[in-house]
Amino acid sequence: MIAEHVAFGIIAAVMVASALRVVTTRDIMHAALYLVIVLAGVASLFLLVGAEFTGITQILIYIGAVIVLFLFGIMLTRSDFDQDEETDHKRKFPAILTALLLLAVMVGALVDRFEDVRLDANPQTTAQVSDELFSQYIVPFEAVSVLLLAALIGAIVIARREEGG
Amino acid sequence: MLLNEMLLLGAVLFCIGVYGVLARRNGVLVLMSIELILNAVNINLIAFGAFHDTVMGQIFALFVITVAAAEVGIGLAIVLLLYRNRRSIDLDQVDLMKG
Repeated sequence: MIAEHVAFGIIAAVMVASALRVVTTRDIMHAALYLVIVLAGVASLFLLVGAEFTGITQILIYIGAVIVLFLFGIMLTRSDFDQDEETDHKRKFPAILTALLLLAVMVGALVDRFEDVRLDANPQTTAQVSDELFSQYIVPFEAVSVLLLAALIGAIVIARREEGG
Repeated sequence: MLLNEMLLLGAVLFCIGVYGVLARRNGVLVLMSIELILNAVNINLIAFGAFHDTVMGQIFALFVITVAAAEVGIGLAIVLLLYRNRRSIDLDQVDLMKG
């Protein structure tokens, strides 16, 4: 029990610090690398509460695929703009205010409702997930497959260089 | 472990993501902030799934991950097109549809 708390505390502290760096660092490449730490932290949290399949999927999809996509995006749009951000200032304080207000509302609601509710995590095996996914949730599963295909074809069409344009 | 630990961490990550979306001007960085928000949602889904001892939380999180992958693909394609047309991915300069 104590070990679980310590593990959660370390992971949470690292994640929050890295997430703050993602939204404040000037170097876009560093932001992508800090994002990797946050995503790995999320994956380890999933494993900590026994969601093994989603934890592994998180590593494969996010760190394996989405981050690579981001790195390609950064490489293909490299410009002097990457380093700037000094004009951030005019929107910084309204943005901080909005985020803090939102945080206050959510923390207030969560503490009020779930003050001492315990979370006793039992491992949920991949077999259970697949049984549920391919019986009760088969139609949404197929729909999301088509959505992903459509989105990737759409991305190719959008990003393709126009002929003679 | 307390349920609130997970939920509060999700709330903090969500707010950091909201700040990033509002304050950043670089299109790629805005997309990264959106990823932070979606991951905060996933933490909540997994926490409640473990709390109710059901795999539904995991399944919903998987759907969110899939939709997030599609979103990043489309989003980066749009940013790429923007860069090709304007030589810049400053979102403040994208005001073509401003009234």
